[in-house]
Amino acid sequence: MRFMMLMIPKGYEKAAPGAMPDAKAVAAMMKYNESLQKAGVLLALDGLHPPSTGARVSFLGGKPKVTDGPFAEAKEVLGGYWMIQVKSKAEAIEWASRCPASDNEVIEIRQVQEFEDFTPEVQRAAADEPALRERLEQRKGR
Amino acid sequence: MTPSDTHRAIDAVWRIESARVIAGLARIVRDVGLAEELAQDALVAALEQWPESGVPDNPGAWLMTTAKHRAIDRLRRSKMLERKHEELGRELEIQQELAVADFDTALDDDIGDDLLRLVFTACHPVLSSEGRVALTLRLLGGLTTEEIARAFLVPEPTVAQRIVRAKRTLAAARVPFEVPRANELAARLSSVLEVIYLIFNEGYSATAGEDWIRPALCEDALRLGRILAELAPKEPEVHGLVGLMEIQASRAGARIGPSGEPILLLDQNRARSDQLLIRRGLAALERAEALGGALGPYALQAAIAACHARARTAAETDWVRIGALYDALAQLAPSPVVELNRAVALAMAFGPAVGLELVDGLKSERSLEGYHLLPSVRGDLLAKLGRFDEARAEFEHAASLTRNARERELLLERARACG
Repeated sequence: MRFMMLMIPKGYEKAAPGAMPDAKAVAAMMKYNESLQKAGVLLALDGLHPPSTGARVSFLGGKPKVTDGPFAEAKEVLGGYWMIQVKSKAEAIEWASRCPASDNEVIEIRQVQEFEDFTPEVQRAAADEPALRERLEQRKGR
Repeated sequence: MTPSDTHRAIDAVWRIESARVIAGLARIVRDVGLAEELAQDALVAALEQWPESGVPDNPGAWLMTTAKHRAIDRLRRSKMLERKHEELGRELEIQQELAVADFDTALDDDIGDDLLRLVFTACHPVLSSEGRVALTLRLLGGLTTEEIARAFLVPEPTVAQRIVRAKRTLAAARVPFEVPRANELAARLSSVLEVIYLIFNEGYSATAGEDWIRPALCEDALRLGRILAELAPKEPEVHGLVGLMEIQASRAGARIGPSGEPILLLDQNRARSDQLLIRRGLAALERAEALGGALGPYALQAAIAACHARARTAAETDWVRIGALYDALAQLAPSPVVELNRAVALAMAFGPAVGLELVDGLKSERSLEGYHLLPSVRGDLLAKLGRFDEARAEFEHAASLTRNARERELLLERARACG
């Protein structure tokens, strides 16, 4: 099973554009990432630029509305993620516990939904979706 | 933490640390069986103590230190018995090694070497194929005997027996705990890759039972392969195998329909392929290619899988290139199964009649007797040529040969479709 380990650094919601972690913290993190890689559990990882350079699209009333960052109302924002493949939630927790994170950081662990986790109705919808897309593209004359 | 939380945490720690602990111990005591027993002793101690004391900060180091203490205890006890001088000397040496060098992160590189030794030992050609698989899952995958038994649909005592026998064989053959020297490396590595791929295939295309895919086994094999790619990064075939498994696994979801029935490659919904695994697979294949030299059998198979993965629709598949890759594979690792696949590719590239001629050339092949895919492919080609009566007979024959219930249904379905 797959889990996302979501890194939530407190204060990142207000970080200036171009804000970067210090070299020492990065070195420790690289070592940790390497341990995930060596253990064969790491599938992917990325760090995210601060929300001050991002944007949010909301859909109140069915209409997309764009707000540029930073987002005054956001209390917690993502700083990055790891995608890992492990045997159990406990194993994901164990890996997260080994992260050389600092006082202001929290890692949230969330299991990735697999096709089999969906109800039959949702599975059917998910399975039909590409066929639908194909039909739409044909209609567009592609 | 509740006691059951702690137990789950111990399971997780064991999964992560057991191979490293066993490998580190095996280097010192030079006996994989003994090393595993000592590690198990440490696990029992953890199960007794951690629910009270909590999980220690460095659980791997705790397990290693505890196991080393057990080793010293055993040596002291065994010294009471009369021993040959030579053995006593060796035991003193072991005691010294146990006393120094506590297990910590500074030893990571050594542990890597030890892990590689453990891989080669568990996959040693002196062992039966079943023994290698069971020992590898147990020592390197951190699986319990019960988990292995469940994965392979065999009774637990059978697996326990295989493991005991494998350990005994290793001890009797005095298999040294080492990475093989250059002159045997290629042959020994291919034994390792074979074991990992065997585990993967057992999960991917279950040879028996109701389910067609057992994802947990595929994931175990992938994990072993990824670990090996870190331990032996300069071996192109390791990356070839990892690439092959990643790309094949990317199709796992698309390979089964809503009621668990298999869906053939060309009918699969490619939007359900796992893009992350495809990217990882292509990257692994690139690593194999970048190491230079002609592609080995696993890298060639990965390249074939990559052709399928790169095609956005079945119709876009580059069958000519796949045919050429099968040509290369047939020269490197000739086998009737490769010939059969080559026939399928060439049929797709140049028409069913071309394929049928090649398949007919395989009919007298003894090793394909009882292999359901031969009549299944032949049936498919005959159906494409409009020879439905012959096609039906082939599908029915294929259905009678497969041991997998889901696959049998699919084949009978195709037989019925021939009218």
